[in-house]
Amino acid sequence: MSTLISGIAASNGIAIAKAYRLTEPDLTIEKRSIEDVQAEISRFKEAIQKSTVELEVIRDKAEKDLGADKAAIFDAHLLVLADPELINPISDKIQSEKVNAEFSLNETASMFITMFEQMDNEYMKERAADIRDVTKRVLSHLLGVHIPNPSLIAEEVIIVAEDLTPSDTAQLNPVYVKGFTTDIGGRTSHSAIMARSLEIPAIVGAKTVTSSIENGDLVIIDGLKGEVHINPTPELVKRYEEQQVAYANQKAEWAKLVHEKTVTKDGHHVELAANIGTPKDLEGVHQNGGEGIGLYRTEFLYMGRNDFPSEEEQFEAYKAVLEGMAGKPVVVRTLDIGGDKELPYLQLPKEMNPFLGYRAIRLCLNEQQIFRTQLRALLRASVYGDLKIMFPMIATLAEFREAKAVMAEVRQELLDGGVQVAENIQVGIMVEIPSTAVMADVFAKEVDFFSIGTNDLIQYTMAADRMNERVSYLYQPYNPAILRLVKMVIDAAHKEGKWAGMCGEMAGDEVAIPILIGLGLDEFSMSATSILKARSLISQLSLEDMKKLSQDVLELDTNDNVKEAVINALK
Amino acid sequence: MVEKTFTVTAETGIHARPATLLVQAAGKFDSDINLAYKEKKVNLKSIMGVMSLGIGKDAVITISAEGSDENDALNTLADTLNREGLAE
Repeated sequence: MSTLISGIAASNGIAIAKAYRLTEPDLTIEKRSIEDVQAEISRFKEAIQKSTVELEVIRDKAEKDLGADKAAIFDAHLLVLADPELINPISDKIQSEKVNAEFSLNETASMFITMFEQMDNEYMKERAADIRDVTKRVLSHLLGVHIPNPSLIAEEVIIVAEDLTPSDTAQLNPVYVKGFTTDIGGRTSHSAIMARSLEIPAIVGAKTVTSSIENGDLVIIDGLKGEVHINPTPELVKRYEEQQVAYANQKAEWAKLVHEKTVTKDGHHVELAANIGTPKDLEGVHQNGGEGIGLYRTEFLYMGRNDFPSEEEQFEAYKAVLEGMAGKPVVVRTLDIGGDKELPYLQLPKEMNPFLGYRAIRLCLNEQQIFRTQLRALLRASVYGDLKIMFPMIATLAEFREAKAVMAEVRQELLDGGVQVAENIQVGIMVEIPSTAVMADVFAKEVDFFSIGTNDLIQYTMAADRMNERVSYLYQPYNPAILRLVKMVIDAAHKEGKWAGMCGEMAGDEVAIPILIGLGLDEFSMSATSILKARSLISQLSLEDMKKLSQDVLELDTNDNVKEAVINALK
Repeated sequence: MVEKTFTVTAETGIHARPATLLVQAAGKFDSDINLAYKEKKVNLKSIMGVMSLGIGKDAVITISAEGSDENDALNTLADTLNREGLAE
């Protein structure tokens, strides 16, 4: 009997595959007295041996598939596993107290974990997680249970998890992962963004998937409707296979637009660009006919590793993207870290309101070494293509001026050292804080462009945490309050002869696009997979009609009424 | 027993990767190898021991080795510190 669970459709498409649970197995242990001390120590040593072999395989695979920096974490795990200060006391305890290996391991490891957790240093606290990971692995071998090793997946699967962290997704091989579903999360959570960039269907916020799905269950992910079907009937599988074909045909139809320009039926051109996180994403951008990169999220360079990326590493990544885009515009957002995006090696105090706290440009202007290293790498790469630099989370003109001044200094240092830097690099800002949207006319005199970051702009305008499911009804992209702010920004840019783009979810949204065309938005940056669909939609719209439509909807009262008006107008 | 004192020059101190390199290097020798910083002394073959010291830039550390290959061990570790630009 097929079971249906509904969640939030986070990424389009249909996947049918066996479930792979990325969840913790039961590692409950009990204290037992033992007779044969030597046998128990051997059992313990054997579990260590098995764990070592397993970790070596994972380490090598991670290095091959994902790069040396992602593999480094497993090197650290291997050292913990070989640590005499951890291993010897466990054997000693088995011997002196005549207790079982599981208990001895757990007691000893807990002592170290507590010690590290109590240290007044975020980095050391993270080490507690390493010890915990290693302890779990050894325990699983002692208990004979299976713990998931996502980097070892070698068949087509659908990942089922409570949530997926950046480090989880970094270990997943996109060749085998056909889709995923999680208990928590929303359309703008990390897991959802990753799914769209990997072009695999995903259902997030499905609440009960981990408690309903077993390893190996056949699962269908319907990323159009937001449905998860568990152990479907053969008829249902057949129906979805047909839908997969239909969806593939639709995509093939869109694919014909891959080399076309994006124009309305009355000849108005807009630019459809892609949001990317790493140079690897360029393949998807080309396949989907991206006319540029509207948002390069550089924080992925900094995540899932133990230390800051060097200037050289960053330079190589930026250069790869600029060269890969062959002269098409590339908007690079400087580091947007802090808030919900933490780096284990950057020690920041916990905040009551991380989204309103020390993050992005606020952090970069204070920790200037980080900022300067990134700017050096960017400016050095600027000669390889059409680089535009964008500062995130700008709230005041003073911040923008300061950031620009730092950039000018870095530029001068490079020129003095005989390093080439491109002339006329456009410098713009993300508009995601209402104060900046309201002051857009003043900003427009000094910036070269705006890019409206709608995910945060909506969250800050509506005062609704986008990670909090209980207030998710306030995520209202069509609320006239948001639309009016968007209009202010676009008008302000055009008045000064500048351009305005958008790089939030809204830019790829079928209901928002007609309004944004009407408001005169110049550039739409979205997940690469949304581009062709958007191009197809835009080709059926007329600029004149959309101008009228956007004027009308700006006078409406609610999110729902705007949505309805757009849908009716397009019928 | 042989020992040698160093001053840490690396911006981030003896963290993550540097600690890994040192412990990996120490693990290749039979001698007992210790790392002393301030009042504390830890086994240099223990990653947790080394990291628990929280060694930052400008820290003065002492490495000591005792055993059949103590000279080799100390030289290799000194090389590692120099080569990686960690301490001198």
